[in-house]
Amino acid sequence: MIYAIASGKGGTGKTTVTASLAALWGGPVTAVDLDVEEPNLHLFLKPEGLAGEPAWIEVPVADEAKCTRCRACSDICQFKAISVMGDYLLTFPEMCHGCGGCLEVCPEGALTPGKRELGEILMGKAGNADFLMGRLRIGEAMSPPLMRQVMARMPESMRKNDVLIDAPPGVSCPAVSAVMHADCVVLVTEPTPFGLHDFKLAWEAFSPMGKPMGAVINRAGVGDDGVQRFCRDKNIPIWAEIPFDRAVAQAYSRGEVPGVAVAALRETFAALKDRMTRAAREASHA
Amino acid sequence: MHEVVVISGKGGAGKTSVTGAFARLAENAILCDLDVDAPDLHLLLAPEVKRTEEFRSGNEAVIDPERCTGCGRCEELCRFEAVRPDGDVFRIDPLHCEGCKVCVALCPAQAIDFPERHCGHWHESETRFGPMVHAQLFPGEENSGRLVTLLKKRAREIAEEEGYDLVLSDGAPGIGCPVISSLAGTDMAVIVTEPTPSGLHDLGRVAELCDRFRTKVTVFINKFDLNPDQTEAIEAYCRERGYAVICRFPHDNAVTEAMVEGRVVNEYGDNAASRLLETAWNDMLNLLPSKK
Repeated sequence: MIYAIASGKGGTGKTTVTASLAALWGGPVTAVDLDVEEPNLHLFLKPEGLAGEPAWIEVPVADEAKCTRCRACSDICQFKAISVMGDYLLTFPEMCHGCGGCLEVCPEGALTPGKRELGEILMGKAGNADFLMGRLRIGEAMSPPLMRQVMARMPESMRKNDVLIDAPPGVSCPAVSAVMHADCVVLVTEPTPFGLHDFKLAWEAFSPMGKPMGAVINRAGVGDDGVQRFCRDKNIPIWAEIPFDRAVAQAYSRGEVPGVAVAALRETFAALKDRMTRAAREASHA
Repeated sequence: MHEVVVISGKGGAGKTSVTGAFARLAENAILCDLDVDAPDLHLLLAPEVKRTEEFRSGNEAVIDPERCTGCGRCEELCRFEAVRPDGDVFRIDPLHCEGCKVCVALCPAQAIDFPERHCGHWHESETRFGPMVHAQLFPGEENSGRLVTLLKKRAREIAEEEGYDLVLSDGAPGIGCPVISSLAGTDMAVIVTEPTPSGLHDLGRVAELCDRFRTKVTVFINKFDLNPDQTEAIEAYCRERGYAVICRFPHDNAVTEAMVEGRVVNEYGDNAASRLLETAWNDMLNLLPSKK
């Protein structure tokens, strides 16, 4: 089963939850950091032997000598990544989405596949957990293609495990790309007006996918009860509440896995694991 | 006119609370929420919306099952895994469709339409601290970078027409397309961070992005008292890179309490918090590059 740990609002505790679950899982598990813009999971799970390779996206390379300036390429490109200006054929590789359209339509064979670096894909071992992450190159605008490659390159040995995905924040294309891969969604939020507002957005974005979904309320006790009321109204199960506790924040600030460092949280995460795995199993049997 | 954007790399570091507090201190600014994916600034500023426009950007492929012959050419061509078999024909999953037009242009039966995508709304509003432009992208939509660019352009126009001398923006988390768009033409980024390994790691990545765009960086350390060693590590990093630290703000429940009341912390909290924010604000203004 694949579980996505997601949230609308950033900083609600996705990485705390993912790291704690991975460390306490008990069975074969793979932890995947798909927050490729700002990956943090490795700072807590501290995987050993972390090694990787670059990931690329295909972009066109132009041979001006073969080009007849027919504009078939610039007509099909929706992203202003290739254009004919006067007598010049110009490519803007940073704008390219890698759709391959220009290569497909060029009648002269004037375009050949080149590549742009998206970032890197790294693997390692964190205790008993397998570990996989993507890290976007600084300056690269597009994270979804790298996220797709991280998932596609996951070795079979990791795929056989339960997979925990630490998703990027938000509800637009990167977050949706992460959740799409999952069988079950864990939405982490906090009981504040910002938390509630972004939780509603996440629920709107992810519930049409029809995957089993439950909430984790982090820093319970601060703010107000808006999130709890929304969950009741929409029948969203609350799988765990992590009480607001300075000890949890301090463990995190030292780079420790909160579920391991704070003894009182072990039961909370064990119960969360039971509830999310049961929900995923029931949905797969239905 | 100057442009300042509050960003953080890491989500939840306190961007919106800092932007809200700065909005109260700004004397002649237009406010802008560039976190078009999960905007929150309106929860503090209660904007009265004066104008709403649809945001349309890009297109999406839609297969007409009547015209589709089921040849499968679209599925072969699509690099985004957006084409799904559906009985004898195919359909496009809109969540996967990149809007690249390749299937539309090359479908032998010309069975694929390419309507414009309605991706969200944007608004011009009034708040108790001045005018505001903001938006909401529909959940799951793309093109957040284009919407950020549109909002910034509109904010600049209003500032020029009505004589505001600062565009103060709340930015998005991360280092990807909306953040890159928010840095274009910006004089200064205030990076909000926290004394944790994630805070320092994410500050480093987003600050490097700012350096590449030649956007001046200042740093706001939130909850500095949570871990003094990590705060020292952040300060050492900033010294080494030449970034000014404009505030060390303590962990303060008043920030959340103010949020629950729909207020910014310097309208609500004690005087010490307000004084810290005012000093940070003035230090930030003094560091803005002079114009002309």
